[in-house]
Amino acid sequence: MGLIHEIDYGTPASKAERQVTLTVDGFTVTVPEGTSIMRASMEAGIQIPKLCATDMVDAFGSCRLCLVEIEGRPGTPSSCTTPVAPGMVVKTQTERLKQIRRGVMELYISDHPLDCLTCAANGDCELQDMAGAVGLRDVRYGYDGDNHVFTRNRADGAENFRWMAKDESNPYFTYDPSKCIVCSRCVRACEEVQGTFALTIEGRGFDSRVSPGMHQPFLDSECVSCGACVQACPTATLTEKSVIQIGQPEHSVVTTCAYCGVGCSFKAEMRGDELVRMVPWKDGKANRGHSCVKGRFAYGYATHKERILNPMIREKITDPWREVTWDEAFAHVAKEFRRIQYQYGRGSIGGITSSRCTNEETYLVQKLIRQGFGNNNVDTCARVCHSPTGYGLGQTYGTSAGTQDFDSVEDADVIMVIGANPSAAHPVFASRMKKRIRQGAKLIVLDPRRTETVTSVHAKADYHLALKPGTNVAVVTALAHVIVTEGLFDEAFIRERCDWSEFEDWAAFVAQPHHSPEAVEKISGVPAETIRGAARLYATGGNGAIYYGLGVTEHSQGSTTVMAIANLAMATGNIGRPGVGVNPLRGQNNVQGSCDMGSFPHEFPGYRHVATDAVRDIFEKLWGVTLDSEPGLRIPNMLDAAVEGSFKGIYIQGEDILQSDPDTHHVSAGLAAMECVVVHDLFLNETANYAHVFLPGSTFLEKDGTFTNAERRINRVRKVMAPKNGLADWEVTQKLAQAMGLAWNYTHPSQVMDEIAMTTPSFQKVSYELLDRLGSVQWPCNEKAPEGTPIMHIGGFVRGKGKFIRTEYVATDEKTGPRFPLLLTTGRILSQYNVGAQTRRTDNVIWHAEDVLEIHPHDAEQRGVRDGDWVRLKSRSGETTLRAQITDRVSPGVVYTTFHHPDTQANVVTTDLSDWATNCPEYKVTAVQVSPSNGPSEWQEEYEALSKRARRIEGHMAAE
Amino acid sequence: MTMQPASTDIAARTAAVVAERRNLEGPLLPILHELQAEFGHVPQEALPVIAEALNLSKAEVHGVVTFYHDFRKEPAGRHVIKLCRAEACQSMGGDALAARLQALLGIGFHETAKDGSVTLDAVYCLGLCACAPAALVDGDPVGRLDEETLEAIAAEVRS
Repeated sequence: MGLIHEIDYGTPASKAERQVTLTVDGFTVTVPEGTSIMRASMEAGIQIPKLCATDMVDAFGSCRLCLVEIEGRPGTPSSCTTPVAPGMVVKTQTERLKQIRRGVMELYISDHPLDCLTCAANGDCELQDMAGAVGLRDVRYGYDGDNHVFTRNRADGAENFRWMAKDESNPYFTYDPSKCIVCSRCVRACEEVQGTFALTIEGRGFDSRVSPGMHQPFLDSECVSCGACVQACPTATLTEKSVIQIGQPEHSVVTTCAYCGVGCSFKAEMRGDELVRMVPWKDGKANRGHSCVKGRFAYGYATHKERILNPMIREKITDPWREVTWDEAFAHVAKEFRRIQYQYGRGSIGGITSSRCTNEETYLVQKLIRQGFGNNNVDTCARVCHSPTGYGLGQTYGTSAGTQDFDSVEDADVIMVIGANPSAAHPVFASRMKKRIRQGAKLIVLDPRRTETVTSVHAKADYHLALKPGTNVAVVTALAHVIVTEGLFDEAFIRERCDWSEFEDWAAFVAQPHHSPEAVEKISGVPAETIRGAARLYATGGNGAIYYGLGVTEHSQGSTTVMAIANLAMATGNIGRPGVGVNPLRGQNNVQGSCDMGSFPHEFPGYRHVATDAVRDIFEKLWGVTLDSEPGLRIPNMLDAAVEGSFKGIYIQGEDILQSDPDTHHVSAGLAAMECVVVHDLFLNETANYAHVFLPGSTFLEKDGTFTNAERRINRVRKVMAPKNGLADWEVTQKLAQAMGLAWNYTHPSQVMDEIAMTTPSFQKVSYELLDRLGSVQWPCNEKAPEGTPIMHIGGFVRGKGKFIRTEYVATDEKTGPRFPLLLTTGRILSQYNVGAQTRRTDNVIWHAEDVLEIHPHDAEQRGVRDGDWVRLKSRSGETTLRAQITDRVSPGVVYTTFHHPDTQANVVTTDLSDWATNCPEYKVTAVQVSPSNGPSEWQEEYEALSKRARRIEGHMAAE
Repeated sequence: MTMQPASTDIAARTAAVVAERRNLEGPLLPILHELQAEFGHVPQEALPVIAEALNLSKAEVHGVVTFYHDFRKEPAGRHVIKLCRAEACQSMGGDALAARLQALLGIGFHETAKDGSVTLDAVYCLGLCACAPAALVDGDPVGRLDEETLEAIAAEVRS
């Protein structure tokens, strides 16, 4: 092991096909046309000194250190901005160049402190490296003159007006202007990589300074703390606070972020077993060297004081917790589960797999349930997010997953984002998308709110269809109406790849007048002309790519919308090549994987129905048991059955259903009715308030495994430290299985993956050896595609012919009326993640300390609500209170909140309505009323008291 | 003294200026010029309004405004003297003239007299090297400066 040093080629790679050959210092090198001399030289193994160049951003040519001589050309051009030419003869080291570089370096250092020994960047400073590289031995200018380094002038002791204090406002990094060499790398990273444009160079000449916003502290500026600037900085000017505190790392391990479904690859940079920092890995195929505030910085939860490290048991949920040994805990759970099954029947227990855990862990939980519990009562949190995706895309295309890789967005011409706000929820993908939009691609957004994605600087949406929540199907079908009636469909594609008669039936259906934009305008509130414009753009603007999120799925017609989207892509021929496709933006790091791994009550790994004899046969032979051919219970059914008294025990790995599932009252009633609730998690989460056994979990830093991201990419998770709780999650499940009498004997997660590969056709060729060799692989990975499948449905659909399905709009039963006149919709914000169990335990709370209710000024005024007031949010299901924020981002009649904080409990308000096909709850539409309030609701107070009681641990001080 | 307009007026006026010019190619500089013409400076409160309307970040607008010394943060005095401090004028006795002018006006470079009568700026080359030392007084070029002309200029702007 050692630190992974990634080669910095200085300028981005050229995508040109034509090759150019030149010589650099006598060595011949061949590179694609358009490559810079700097990069070509690095390819030949010769590093030209540089400061302002780095391969994450375009060449800039400001530092004047990378000068070279070219035979037949005058002067000394900068190698970063000069492209190669055939037959070019380049010299990178001559007497003249040496002198120039030394002179330039001398000027840099004449305005830079000489405190290298005590500097946080010591050992990781390009300025220091370059001073060494050019042989700087003396700085003749002294430090008495004008400078940015000293607080007082050395000559007369007067205050130095040029000196600026360190900005420590961001919780994760500092900005020390005295160390800045104004190379602009941070500014360009913020613009080109992240796309936020929060930084600029203010002033000119010697006055030039890096300025966040309008000369503001970082925290007050538009900065989203993605860390791209810190990564780009060649000096200590922008430095992680963790590096300042700990020192430079000494080894690194490549692993995968455990936040959202983008699945960014990171180098976990370590000193011993202490994590110094997470740095995005340039070879990561999902993120290409970029990151967001969560993955880059918000890992402090792993060592948070509230993390539980010992197993705990209690008889009743009103008792305090009692710490026990692992063996006691396993024996207790095994005994209880067997007792319950003996008493109430085989189907009286079940389990929930986690989209936060690895594929291997998820596989083992469903195996425990199917093999050990002897039933199919397994479900996962994908139930409440993307189950309609699985169903809808499965029906139309034949696979339950997105069609593209993330690189595909680089070839898109028209990007349609439906019910998703990637700028907040999938920030690294958003950055890649915005980069493409800045290159000229068009953007269409369907969202009730004017989100950050709609209004991004230099990447504004061309069309924003601000539809009324719940009218997705109507609007998407209206888009299809325009495409069909105006003859914008791709007949050749449809005839070749789809069933023509099914298309004709569908075309006749969508062409009906009640699907016209004019008719749909009345339902959705979107002007007919906007719908027409968007449809024409998508159908005729070149490569059309659709990305969608939970705003599509979490509706009573979630599956219908997914199918409507699939129809659109098929009708316009936007499937089966780079730059197009239909792509769900998955919420959690491994929600794709948990679905793939057979987490649903009706499916074995690889989406094969439990009633299929041939599939059951594979597992029965391997596991040595007879498997149930009947689908088991879904989460809502388990809770219903619990309330009815027939479901009594549950093993919940890494999921907080009380906070994340809809209709909190119903969830709590279900849990309270069970006799043995086993929660396996990092923290005493909200669900644990109703648990009888708590098994401490391990973080993604503490185990080996794989996550599968939204592009079906299987990424390795690598252990960088020992589990603080003693056992990785897969070991906990294994020991539980052993306690229940199963003869499991895995010694490493790679063996679990081997079992998955052996039993699941789409994973046939996947192994840790393959993943280590390729870095990552996208399933299907089998005989036909031994190195995986970046883009699906090339040349034909997986199911054979693509299937057009009629999508009739049916309004949700959740309707506004005099008592509940507003529509509540829910979403995410950038700094927090899901129920916030992790991000709330990091400094990210500085950006979002509580959930607020966004309300339009008109609705607020009618109700006498002022900005920042406490308001009561009441629906047919329940009520909660939170603070109001008045904004016209939401339309009149629509209110919006997030669900990151347990004390808000937004899901007390959401209803138990759900998708017709998959039971995915309708989080996105709830009829509510908002009224002024002076404090927490009764439920919030009761729940607060219950949480306090339920979190007591014997022998410990009260938790809070 | 000029009354500072209320910030709501600035926002409204900025929005109007932006609306008139946003369809120009490269509308930012014309907008900033118009605001400076209207307010005598580019008010800080105008920047976020411009940024939002042009789909730019606040940082970008700030970067442009601070790059050009001619965009003022505060209104200038009733008269503006821009004295050339570049090499040609320096070689023709510009240093002494600069000191003299500062003494006559009682202010340093980039300062405005307390009574608001005059602002003194240093500029670097007016392209009048042949008539050095040179200055711009309220936009009009004045060449071959000497102590006498300076005194006349000072008297005029202070009157």
